[in-house]
Amino acid sequence: MSGGADIYHEMIVDYSRNPINYGEIKDHDVTFHDSNPLCGDSIDIDMKIDDQKVSDIKFHGKGCAICMACSSVLTELTKGKSLDDVRKIEKNDVLSELGLEHLQAVRIKCALLSLKVLKSALYTYLGSHLENTDSIDKLKTEAENLY
Amino acid sequence: MQSTESSFENIRKDFPILTRTVRDNKPLVYLDNASTTQKPNQVIDAITDYYRNHNANIHRAVYALAEESTEAYETARDKIANFVNVKNRQELIFVRGTTEAINLVAYAWGRPHINEGDIIVTTEYEHHSNIVPWQLLTQEKRAKLEYIGMNDNGELNLDDLDKYLATGKVKLVTFSLMSNVLGTITDAEKIIAKCKAAGVPTLIDGAQAVPHMKVDLDTLGCDFFAFSGHKMLAPTGIGVLWVRKSVLQTMSPFHGGGDMIREVHKYETTWNDLPYKFEAGTPNIADVIGFGAAIDYLTKIGMDNVRQHEIELTKYAMEEFAKVPGLQIYGTKDITKRGGVISFNFADVHPHDVAQIIDEEGIALRSGHHCAQVLMERLDVAATSRASFYIYNTKKDVDALIDSLNTVAKVFKL
Repeated sequence: MSGGADIYHEMIVDYSRNPINYGEIKDHDVTFHDSNPLCGDSIDIDMKIDDQKVSDIKFHGKGCAICMACSSVLTELTKGKSLDDVRKIEKNDVLSELGLEHLQAVRIKCALLSLKVLKSALYTYLGSHLENTDSIDKLKTEAENLY
Repeated sequence: MQSTESSFENIRKDFPILTRTVRDNKPLVYLDNASTTQKPNQVIDAITDYYRNHNANIHRAVYALAEESTEAYETARDKIANFVNVKNRQELIFVRGTTEAINLVAYAWGRPHINEGDIIVTTEYEHHSNIVPWQLLTQEKRAKLEYIGMNDNGELNLDDLDKYLATGKVKLVTFSLMSNVLGTITDAEKIIAKCKAAGVPTLIDGAQAVPHMKVDLDTLGCDFFAFSGHKMLAPTGIGVLWVRKSVLQTMSPFHGGGDMIREVHKYETTWNDLPYKFEAGTPNIADVIGFGAAIDYLTKIGMDNVRQHEIELTKYAMEEFAKVPGLQIYGTKDITKRGGVISFNFADVHPHDVAQIIDEEGIALRSGHHCAQVLMERLDVAATSRASFYIYNTKKDVDALIDSLNTVAKVFKL
């Protein structure tokens, strides 16, 4: 399984047809939007945060089956987790859930757009709740090294 | 040459890449010609012959090689001028491509001519290269950018143009002669007539039109015209900007450097003659020569035959597409008003997923926003799939595309 048409297995097609956690959270604590300049895929993530935990998360936007399936899986992975744990989520955590570890380079950005949006949302939240500049710089470095 | 399917089958033999297979030993079906075209042996050979036998800088040295390369470079300029019926070769400037041509106009014509409150008019179906340079210019000058809207049939609402012209503030109207997404052929004559009556200059993006139909700049009557070599069998990195001489004479230089000067002193410089004033630095000599070879190739086939072949192919494709349930085609169904570009969506399947699945069958189909996000917004879609034809495509290619869509339907349980 490495790309080609065989990546479109049951799970991917199902998730793209019936995405999980799709929608908006009106009273979110943080929201973030990003898009893929090459293909126009576009994702928004809203999060509700209580006691340093992601109590609710939803995404919406337009994207291909890969993008939608990965966004569903990512929001499932994130829901209920502590902010520290969300910070540790890596690309392979998402890709392995869907058997996409060897996705070809041209499609990897489709798969990881929602992770990029999630991390940006997280850093936005943390950035606005931090007290000292040290931590902000640390966050920035972490964000820059994401991909 | 007769415009028959068999004579166009013979053309395929000139394109070495069309004999290769892709993925799991599938013959290549190349349907992304609006993006770039494949190159025939005649073009590839012209480039290698230049590097093997004639390579030297142009317009400078007196030795034999330099004379040969200058001759070949300037002969290509004449061939291209003749191809689009430009009478004065001084008006034809070599650039990297259509994008650079439009940026050149925005910079060298736009900066001295556009002022606060002026209006530049473009259209909703432009490529980003005919939008972004004007955004940069109008933002810098506090001028305004306005759009001629499009109806649901993919044709421009020229009433919008009348409305803007009536303000008396329009300083330029710029439009594509053929949409790279919808294939719509713009009614350039009508737009130019309206603009001329209002005393407003016009710029045409000819990147999609010149490769596919006869274009006559002498009768068209616009003031600026841009096109690219690589969409018409020539190499990448070479294109043309044509500017009417009376307008060209009012333009300041774009890039400063070698070849564009007459005399350089410590604090002042005088400019070289046209068109060299706008060709600073060592140009892309080999690819200009390759462009000349592409022009020879297309001239031999005849542009009317090219257009006829694509009309037949597009007509066939649209008929076959209409038989596929759930397949929606964008733009006009009137074959005389469109080129060989078909944008579509297939049920609720994202175009990237369509493209990836049919890639396994060896089919190169474009998916995405096609550098036309303003148009995507107008159509209210994130992306489309796009098939675009050229001289070496056949009905078999269309059949292969239709067959592969069945695989997409199976995977997505349509």
